[in-house]
Amino acid sequence: MQVLFFYLVAFVAVASGLLVVTCKSPVNSALALVNTFFCLAIFYVMLHAPFMAAIQIMVYAGAIMVLILFVIMLLNLGVETMKKTTHTVWGIVAGSLVMMLTFFFIKRGQPANISGPITNEVVESVGHTQLIGKHIFVDFLLPFEITSILLLVAIVGAVILAKKEV
Amino acid sequence: MMPDWIITAILVAIKLGFVLALLLTGAAYLVLAERKLLGRMQLRYGPNRVGPFGLMQPLADAVKLLMKEDFIPAQGDKVLFFIAPGIAAVTALITFAVIPFGPPLRLFGREMPLVVCDLNIGLLYFLGLSSLAVYGIALGGWASNSKYALLGSIRALAQLISYELSMGLSIVPVVLMARSFSLTEIVNAQTHIPFALLNPPAFLVFLISVLAESKRTPFDIPEAENEIVAGFHTEYSGMRFGMFFVGEYINVIILSSMVTVLFLGGWHGPLLPGIVWFFGKVMLIAFLFIWTRGTLPRFRYDQLMHFGWKVLVPIALLNVVVTGAILLLLQG
Amino acid sequence: MLDSYLPIIVLIGIAVGFAICTTIFSRLIGQKKPTEVKLAPYECGMPPVGSARERMSMKFYIIAMLFIVFDIEAVFLYPWAVMFKKLGLFGFVEMGVFIAILLVGYIYVWKKGALEWE
Repeated sequence: MQVLFFYLVAFVAVASGLLVVTCKSPVNSALALVNTFFCLAIFYVMLHAPFMAAIQIMVYAGAIMVLILFVIMLLNLGVETMKKTTHTVWGIVAGSLVMMLTFFFIKRGQPANISGPITNEVVESVGHTQLIGKHIFVDFLLPFEITSILLLVAIVGAVILAKKEV
Repeated sequence: MMPDWIITAILVAIKLGFVLALLLTGAAYLVLAERKLLGRMQLRYGPNRVGPFGLMQPLADAVKLLMKEDFIPAQGDKVLFFIAPGIAAVTALITFAVIPFGPPLRLFGREMPLVVCDLNIGLLYFLGLSSLAVYGIALGGWASNSKYALLGSIRALAQLISYELSMGLSIVPVVLMARSFSLTEIVNAQTHIPFALLNPPAFLVFLISVLAESKRTPFDIPEAENEIVAGFHTEYSGMRFGMFFVGEYINVIILSSMVTVLFLGGWHGPLLPGIVWFFGKVMLIAFLFIWTRGTLPRFRYDQLMHFGWKVLVPIALLNVVVTGAILLLLQG
Repeated sequence: MLDSYLPIIVLIGIAVGFAICTTIFSRLIGQKKPTEVKLAPYECGMPPVGSARERMSMKFYIIAMLFIVFDIEAVFLYPWAVMFKKLGLFGFVEMGVFIAILLVGYIYVWKKGALEWE
């Protein structure tokens, strides 16, 4: 049952991933990408990481895709104004490189038996959010504070980029 | 003896059926209640022809919407035009799953929590779905290929994300006080005193953000009828319009329930059974929604954005820090 | 893990089914008399002027970018709020610094006038 459901979601994820690159209209591609993110969130839930799933939806589907949608709507790249761009050769080269890399890692890694102190049972008993919280706020204190500086830079960058045009 | 999982499945099915029936009839009668109340506020009767006191009006409306012609505007994006109202209705329908609407019941000798699915990340589930609900509106307006619809959906997008921010920030003090994302645990943390009294600023910010999230007066700029006709659903007709409409009213019920759960103590209250208290509070908040619509004029767009970004966000952020400091002092 | 989410999956299925069925049903029983004027975009009775796909103001773009940044901040606040009691004063100071740095950004945005709508 679990496995069947996994393959169903995986199929939808891959199918909408393909739609992202094949759709003519950029808005359709964006919607397909949102769907892919939604499927990834389901995978996170199946991997006992509900907090990550919620964040995936909130940040990627809810914030970043909204920005992309805004850009598409604001620029209004209609189907008719788009130039036909074809990078077939480069596409094949890049695609096969990525495929080779993926197969390399699949062969190297052993996803069946990942060892470590944090098992599914630990996650169940402590709580996924609490585990993440402990790691962010205790073990990775400095990276966390640096994140805020990164976000600050992002704010300044956004304002400067946008202000140039106005 | 029946196997355990069959009983569980039956209970879940009963709860699902109850919740769906409740949401759909609730939304239908909320429309009627709004029309009646607005009528009274404007010294009119409101609908009173179909059935006794106009009580069959929702049914008549549904039949009318089903019989209407359902057309797609020329040059519109057919696929998106089809999907958009569906997104609006589906995201609204599935949000109620995590909202606990009563204290646990004892049935067949086992505890049955009155919530479809008590997730331990219930609050984040709600926030995630409300950020997905944006797409129904945005895509609906874009797919229509109409200027008014596009304007409406872009206004709606900017408004919804701005107020989502203050809504998300005003929830943080609740999590601080309840120390959990589970809505059941948040309700149980308010057994003695509701969070609305403990933390009025968070309550007010949340209430205002929720009003803006529901896109109703005074925040109904996305569908301001005397500027941009009907905003994002200008080109929609028949049942697709109906789906946007039902989605909006289900959303009102859900947002009222969230206010009740997060700040008004959910089902807790003296004397009466919990489920009565819960729906009483929800109706009170829903009445507040209708009342503001009958009373307040519409914001201007710059006022709306200023209010969201320059008033609500700083208050909510400050409130997080202050609540944290007070909790720290209380802990000693 | 998935078991506790089963009701939601069923609910999503029912909701999607409801949306599709009502649309198809209304398409089946509704009338269909499309005319060219009826299918034209509505512009208060006037013949439509120009394309509907106009370019929009840059303002909305800034709002979306700022939303992402502050949304990520809010996302960091949630696990912190759940962990608050365990982290104690240490966690409070830590988050204070985090919020203070972002507050600098907020004031910058305000002073630069990116939140103004003329």
